[in-house]
Amino acid sequence: MKVVNTLVKSIDGLGIMKGRKAYTDDFAEKDSLIVKVLRSPHPFAKIVKIDDLEAKKLMGIEMVLTHKDFKRIPFTRAGQGYPEPSPHDKFVLDEYVRYIGDEVLAVVGVSDEVCQKALDLIKVEYEVLNPILDFEIAKDNEIIIHPEPEIHEMFDIGFKPKRNIAASYGMEIGDVKKTLESCDYVIKETFYTQAQAHVMLEPHTVNARMDYMNRIVIFSATQTPFHVRRIISQGLEIPMSKIRVIKPRVGGGFGGKQAIHGEMLVAYVTYKTGKPAKMIYTRKEVFESTYSRHPMRIDISLGADKDGNLKVIDCLGLSDTGAYGEHALTVFMVTGSKVLPLYNKVDSVRFAGDIVYTNHTPAGAFRGYGAIQGNFALESAIDILCKKMKIDPIAFRQKNMMKEKETSPIFAIMGEGTAGTAMNMETCKLEECVERGMELIDWKNKYPRIETEDKIRSVGMAIAMQGSGIPYIDMGSATIKLNDDGFYNLMVGATEIGQGSDTVLTQIAAEELMTDVEKVIIYSSDTDLTPFDVGAYASSTTYVSGNAVKRAAKELKEQMLIEAARIFAVKVEDIDFNGETFKVDNTDKEMSLIDFSNQITYSHEQKQLQVTSSYVGHKSPPPFMAGFIEIEIDKETFEIDILNYVSVVDCGTTINPMLAKGQVDGAIIQGLGMAHFEDVIYTKNGKLISGDMLNYKIPTRLDVKKLTTVFVDSYEESGPFGAKSVGEIGIDTPPAALANAVDNALGIRIKDLPITSEKIFKEMRRKNNE
Amino acid sequence: MKINLKVNGIDKTFLIQKNEYLLDVLRRNDYPSVRRGCDNTSCGVCTVLLDGKPVPSCSVLAIRCENKIITTVEGIEKEAEKLAKHFGELGADQCGFCNPSMALTVYSLKLENKEANEEEIKNYLVGNLCRCTGYVAQHEAIKRYLGDES
Repeated sequence: MKVVNTLVKSIDGLGIMKGRKAYTDDFAEKDSLIVKVLRSPHPFAKIVKIDDLEAKKLMGIEMVLTHKDFKRIPFTRAGQGYPEPSPHDKFVLDEYVRYIGDEVLAVVGVSDEVCQKALDLIKVEYEVLNPILDFEIAKDNEIIIHPEPEIHEMFDIGFKPKRNIAASYGMEIGDVKKTLESCDYVIKETFYTQAQAHVMLEPHTVNARMDYMNRIVIFSATQTPFHVRRIISQGLEIPMSKIRVIKPRVGGGFGGKQAIHGEMLVAYVTYKTGKPAKMIYTRKEVFESTYSRHPMRIDISLGADKDGNLKVIDCLGLSDTGAYGEHALTVFMVTGSKVLPLYNKVDSVRFAGDIVYTNHTPAGAFRGYGAIQGNFALESAIDILCKKMKIDPIAFRQKNMMKEKETSPIFAIMGEGTAGTAMNMETCKLEECVERGMELIDWKNKYPRIETEDKIRSVGMAIAMQGSGIPYIDMGSATIKLNDDGFYNLMVGATEIGQGSDTVLTQIAAEELMTDVEKVIIYSSDTDLTPFDVGAYASSTTYVSGNAVKRAAKELKEQMLIEAARIFAVKVEDIDFNGETFKVDNTDKEMSLIDFSNQITYSHEQKQLQVTSSYVGHKSPPPFMAGFIEIEIDKETFEIDILNYVSVVDCGTTINPMLAKGQVDGAIIQGLGMAHFEDVIYTKNGKLISGDMLNYKIPTRLDVKKLTTVFVDSYEESGPFGAKSVGEIGIDTPPAALANAVDNALGIRIKDLPITSEKIFKEMRRKNNE
Repeated sequence: MKINLKVNGIDKTFLIQKNEYLLDVLRRNDYPSVRRGCDNTSCGVCTVLLDGKPVPSCSVLAIRCENKIITTVEGIEKEAEKLAKHFGELGADQCGFCNPSMALTVYSLKLENKEANEEEIKNYLVGNLCRCTGYVAQHEAIKRYLGDES
C-alpha cells in the first residue's frame, strides 16, 4: 500500500497551527444576538412565576424565552439514529427544572453584558421539590422526576418514568444460579464508577443566521450534524428542508458533542427573529449543564472450577442517567455487550439492570460508552478471583479469553438498544497483545511488586475490546468527483472532530485511486452538500465511513475506465490505469489522467464523473487490546506515580499509524484521568463542586511520564484496507489496570473510581486495624 | 473608550468597554486564533504574548494594554510553520483548538531557554492543557522544534 499505513501528516495541521478561521465561533456573524440561559439553582423545582418585565425593558434585550413560548413537543437530545433508543423526555424549556444547572429560561440580547443584566433583573418563583440525589434510592422512590404525561419511548426500552426508570435491560444465557453453585471458586464484588467529564477544550458552541434563500444555516460544534438537523426540525417544527447544518472544525468531542445542546434555542431565536444568534457555553455550563459519563454500580459474581476455567459471569448494574435519559439504555447495554464477550468460554452469563433518573447533571455519550465502566468491574473481578484461586492472573486470562475465529453468543443477543448481530472474530490478536505487553513492561521481573525503603513499584494489567460501528444501523456515505486537471473532491458526512478522520478518509480514497493525498480534497459534514453519515460515534468512522469512501473511489475508477475505453475505442478490460496514466494493453496508446480529465470536462462528449456510495456494516469487528501499567507508590503518602503505560492494540490495519497512536495515547491518558485524577464532587444539595477546571483535574503534561503504544499485525477482511476502529478502545483498560496494580503493590482493593491516594490511605488504615 | 496598542507589529486602536478582557477584544477584531476554553485561566487556549511574555488573555483587562505589544500566532507565522511541521511528522495534531496558543508558549520558551530539558519544557507548558493527545507526541515535536537550527 502506498498511502494507507504510511506516515502521512494530518492534512489540516498547518492551517490549524497558524490559527486560521476553522472553528464554529470563527464563523459567527459579528452582529449575532447573544443567547444566555438562566440556570436552575435548585436540583428539583417547579417554576411558579417568572417576572421578566424589567428585563424586557432593557435596551438591547430582544426577547426572554420561557417554557410558555414553546409547544410541548418531547424529544431526546441524544443525537442518535432514528427511531432513537433514548426516551423522549426533554422539552426545549419546561415548567420543571430537574438539576442544578437545568434550563429555566433564556434571554436574548445584543451583548453578553446586557444579557447578564437582564438575568440579574429576572425574578423566578419556584416551588422547591425534594430531589433524588442518590441513584441507589431512585427506583420506585415516592419522588417522581418525570411526572409529565407527554413523554414517551420510541420502542420498548423498558421506560417506566413513574418508577424513575429511564430504561432497563436483562438477558441470561445458561443458568447463572446453577452454574455458580457448581463452581469451586466464587467471588462477588461491587464496583462504582464516577461521572467523568469530557473536558474537550472547545466549549459547546453554536450560531445561526437566515440566508438569502430564507433558510436557516446553523454552524455547530457537533459530532452529528445530520441528527442535529432532524432533531431541530422535530423539536421546533421547522421543515427539514429549511435547515442547513454545517459542522466546521470541532475542538474535541469525545462523545460530549454527540447530543444537541444550545442548537435548539439558537435556532429558535434566529428562525423567529430572522436575526443571527449565537451561544457559547461557559466552562461552568459545559461541566454542569451538558452531560457526563453515566455513573454506575456494578455487582459482579464470577465462578470458576479448580482447573482454572471461568464458568460463569453474573453482572447486575445500576446506571444513573441524571435528569434526562440520553443514551440511558445503549450505554448500559455496552457495559455488557462490549465487555462480557472477552471471556467467551463460560457456561452461563447474565447481564441486567436499570438506568434510573436522579436530580444530577444528565449523563450521555462518552468515549468508551459503558465499556470502561464494565471493564473496570470485570477486569478487577478477574484479578480478585485469581488471587482467591492463587493462580496467575495473566495465565488465567490467556486460558479463558476470546481467541481468533471464536465467537460469543452475546453478540447475537445484545446490540445497542435492540438485538445484536452474530459474528465470528475474524481478527483477534489478543494473545499476541498480552504476550507483547508482558515483554514491553517486563512483567516477569516486575510482577507483582518491587519494594525499596520508601516506595513500592508494581504492575497491573487488563484486556479490552470495543466495536466498529453499530451493524445494520450506522450508515456512512461518500461522494467523489473527478475534476479537470486530474484531482478529486471527496465529500463525506463523516464528522472530523479532531480525531483525524478527514486525513484517514482522504488516505483511503487516495489509496484506492492510486494517487497522493494532495490530489484528494475532502469536505466533511454539511447537510446541504455532503451525503448522509450518522456522525462521529460508536467507533464507526474509519470502518463504516471508510468502507463507503473506498467503495465510492472504486466505483469512480470503474466509471473512469469506461470513459477511457470509449475514448480509445477499446474494451474496458484492455485499459490499464495506474493512477496517473491510462494505457491500452499491447499498444503504445496512452493518455495521462490530466489530459483525460480535461478532455471529458471541456472538449469531447463532456460529462462530470461523480459517484456516491454508502456503507452499512453487517458486523462490528471489535478491536482488542492489552493494557499494562507500571506505578510507584509512596509508602507514606500513597501518592501514585504512573511510570509507564504499555498498550498493545489490534485494530486491524492502522490507516494512519501516527494518528492511530494518537488516538490510543490520548484515550489512555483520558482513561487514567478517570482511573486516578478526575474526582466528581457534589454538595449535599446536589451542586457540582468539581464544575471547573481548577476543581476537576484532567491530567497535565507533568502527569505523563511514558506511554508505550504499539500495534500488532492484523488484517480485518471486512474493513477498508483491513482496518477496524481505534477511537475508543484505548480508554477502557486504565481503571482496572491501575486497581490491579494497587492491589499488587499493597494488597488492598479499591472498588470505586477514581483511585486516589486518600482512598488508598483509608483502605490501608482499615486493613492495618483488622 | 479607545486603547492604542501594537498587535503583531501593527499599530492598532480598538474601541473597548472598561470591563472587557483582552481575549474578547482580540476575537472581536478578527484574531480568531485567540480562543476561550474556560472561565478561570486554567486551560491556556487564550494565550497571547504580552510584551513578549505568554499570558492568558482571558484574564487581562484590555484597558491595561495601552501601548503594549501583543503577539498572536498570526504574528509568528514562520515559527508556527516550523512547529506544525514537527507536529505533523510526529502525529501530534488532533483537534488543534489549543495549537496556536501552544505555538506561542513554545516560541516564548525557545527565546528564553532553547536548551530546556524535559522537565523544564513540561513545567513551562503545564498551563497549556490538551485533552486529545496524551501529550507524548506533542512533547517530542516540541523538543525537535527547540532543537531546530534557527
